[in-house]
Amino acid sequence: MIELDGVEKTFSVRLKRGRLRRERREVRAVDGISFRVEPGELVGYVGPNGAGKSTTVKMLTGILVPSGGRVSVAGLDPARRRVELARRIGVVFGQRVQLWWDLPLRDSFELLRHIYRVPYDRWRANLDRFSEVLELEPFLETPVRQLSLGQRMRGELTAAMLHDPEILFLDEPTIGLDVVAKVRVREFLADVNRERSVTVLLTTHDLADIERLCSRLLIIDHGRVIYDGTIERLIDRYGEERTLVVDLEEPAPPLEVEGARVVRVEGPRQWLRFRRRDMTAAQLTSAVASRAPLVDLTVEEPDIEDVVRRIYAEGAV
Amino acid sequence: MLRLGFELARRGYGRYAAYPGATWAGVFTNTFFGFLIAYTLLAVFEQRDAVGDYDARDAVTYTWLAQGMLMTIYLWGWFEVALRVRSGDVATDLQRPLDFQGYWLAQDLGRAAYHALFRGVPPFVLGALVFDVLVPGNPLVWLAFLASVTLAVVTSFAFRFLFNLAAFWLLDYRGAGVLAMVASTFFSGQIVPIAFFPHWLAVLAWALPFAAMVQAPIEIWLGHAEGLELLGLIALQAFWAGALLLVGRAVLAAGMRKLVIQGG
Amino acid sequence: MVETFAIYRRIVASRIRSQLQYRLSFALTVAGNVLLTSLDFAAILVLFGQVDALGKWTVEEVALLYGISCVSFALTDIAVGQLDQLPRMIREGEFDQILVRPLGSLLQVVSADLALRHLGRLLQGLIILGVALTHVDVDWTPGRAAMPLVAIVAGVAIFAGIWVAFSAIAFWLIDSQEVSNAFTYGGSFTAQYPVNIFGRWLRRLVIFVIPLAFVSYFPALYVLDKPDQLGLPSALQFASPAVAVAVAAAAWVVWTTAVRRYRSVGS
Repeated sequence: MIELDGVEKTFSVRLKRGRLRRERREVRAVDGISFRVEPGELVGYVGPNGAGKSTTVKMLTGILVPSGGRVSVAGLDPARRRVELARRIGVVFGQRVQLWWDLPLRDSFELLRHIYRVPYDRWRANLDRFSEVLELEPFLETPVRQLSLGQRMRGELTAAMLHDPEILFLDEPTIGLDVVAKVRVREFLADVNRERSVTVLLTTHDLADIERLCSRLLIIDHGRVIYDGTIERLIDRYGEERTLVVDLEEPAPPLEVEGARVVRVEGPRQWLRFRRRDMTAAQLTSAVASRAPLVDLTVEEPDIEDVVRRIYAEGAV
Repeated sequence: MLRLGFELARRGYGRYAAYPGATWAGVFTNTFFGFLIAYTLLAVFEQRDAVGDYDARDAVTYTWLAQGMLMTIYLWGWFEVALRVRSGDVATDLQRPLDFQGYWLAQDLGRAAYHALFRGVPPFVLGALVFDVLVPGNPLVWLAFLASVTLAVVTSFAFRFLFNLAAFWLLDYRGAGVLAMVASTFFSGQIVPIAFFPHWLAVLAWALPFAAMVQAPIEIWLGHAEGLELLGLIALQAFWAGALLLVGRAVLAAGMRKLVIQGG
Repeated sequence: MVETFAIYRRIVASRIRSQLQYRLSFALTVAGNVLLTSLDFAAILVLFGQVDALGKWTVEEVALLYGISCVSFALTDIAVGQLDQLPRMIREGEFDQILVRPLGSLLQVVSADLALRHLGRLLQGLIILGVALTHVDVDWTPGRAAMPLVAIVAGVAIFAGIWVAFSAIAFWLIDSQEVSNAFTYGGSFTAQYPVNIFGRWLRRLVIFVIPLAFVSYFPALYVLDKPDQLGLPSALQFASPAVAVAVAAAAWVVWTTAVRRYRSVGS
């Protein structure tokens, strides 16, 4: 459904070098990306700023033409058949508005019906359904510019789905939303993916989105894919460090246990980091207990946040 | 105090100097319009040798000076104060130990310096290459011209400032100003020199402050006002500048009172 | 095609609705626009207060040029004036949004909004055109009567083509707005005057390069049965429709090339 093969995108950037001279530098925003997304998948697309995420999505949606490689979305070449492809995809840019600013929400939906040539019955059915799920009723008549961010995002999601796209591209859909709104958006996306088999490519900085929604995760950095797989596997392979937090009876100097290191001490509480493959939590607990009396303990698992942070920092997996 | 004024002027200059692209594009527009208007006025002189004390060369010189003055005095399109009033930021501004009007005036003088140099001079030079224009030989005339332009900028600023203050009371401050825009554009002599106006219209034009903004400096440059007449023109400009500034201060005070009453 | 008009119609309807919500404000805006745009004619009247003719064109004849130019330009402004928003749209990412929709990009840009206040210019243009037509010394034939209409239609296409082509500069330069303005608003101003008063290089420009002369000058020569002081072939007086088509075609090429380049190079 979505297929990239050795895709590249190079930009020519003009930099000022001193007063008058201009230097031309080639920036490889995307440097050989290949991956496939099968119909019905819900994939997360993650990477630090400037990694090439937006550029990739722009090439997938027909906004930008690749410098090299092959792109295929829903069987079409986005660069050549932009208009045809546009009918079959939905796009939501988190920080930009696709709805008509001055018009009531309903008017935007009507306009989209005409632009996408959606048969009235189908459009009506979709609108009613999404209206219900996302609770749009109260503000359907309100001009878009008067809506809150959360309301606007619900409107945008509806707008993107009214024409029954096969693929949905989302760029930071939960940015700036409060917790309740985020949950609503996530539920909607999960729904849409499950019930309508819409393939979803979700670009986001919010790793909670990924955790809750995505079965598969693509991490991109410096224009290249550095991870392509499930979240479990990611944590398994790269989240190998766990932390045992122990509350001792009384404050003590950092415990010395083989295979573990103390990373933090606060009074009687100590944080010991150990590797999954070296020992189990139980083993470490016994080792600690034999050195100092324990009152309580917790085990902290690595979460995707830590893992990805490490990957960003280290630059490679 | 003077030091602060100078710093503010520098800031005003820098803000516009940061966009050289926009400036050159503007020069292009001014030059294009300059040619159009110059040819139009020359067509008048095919029929007559002189209109008032303007001959063909005066008229062409007038055109290029007017184009150069357009952005220097920036008669229309400036809404910075109005925007600050609308957004409420003005409340913070007014709490600073600065004279609000003086603050903006200083910045505008800096801006005017930039625009005079980079949007005033280039079109004139380009026009001078193609047409026969008058350049004063007498250094006193140059001095008087500079003083006159400075007063013109201050007058224009005072006028703009006044109009921006409408934002305290009106939601649609831009729309309300359209009439003023029409009047100011026409009566400043930007489109056609006031010397071409029929007598009754010319009298009206000189009674309004707009003539002090564009026409006055040009008359000095062209040597149409000498000695006492020249001093009279400068005095007229000074009068309008002072009067509009004072009215501006009064209106500002009224606006501030409104803010306080309404709680911002 | 049908959807195109349906969409355009809907946007226009909403705009009209929202702008008419504040009737007084709207009326004042239009009135203000009438006044503002009349200034150009006021200037012409002032000039004619000093002479009988400009370049051997009388005030009625210049009013004819003015009327045709104004009406054409006002209609064009209403239709495609939104192009002035293009630099902002590109800057704010709205153009990318446009590329994601299954509709031509140019159509989306020009239908983004409709500023009804430009009716002000149309109104004063029609009035002056009407007065001019009733006062010029013309031996009216069906051909001559039809020509102003032909000129206006061709004028709209020529102005629109110029507007589109110069707006496309926004894809290359950041500060393209002023350059675009020089040729659109400047173009309208140019077409208000007889071309023979301009210097030679400017005449050549408005006849052969940016064919503003075909909006009002050549059609007016035909209507007035006036000898062309430039000595150009009289066939040019009928060339406006052909020129309009050529300009529209050229503008289309410029636009599509510009968008293609934008999609290669980004912003």
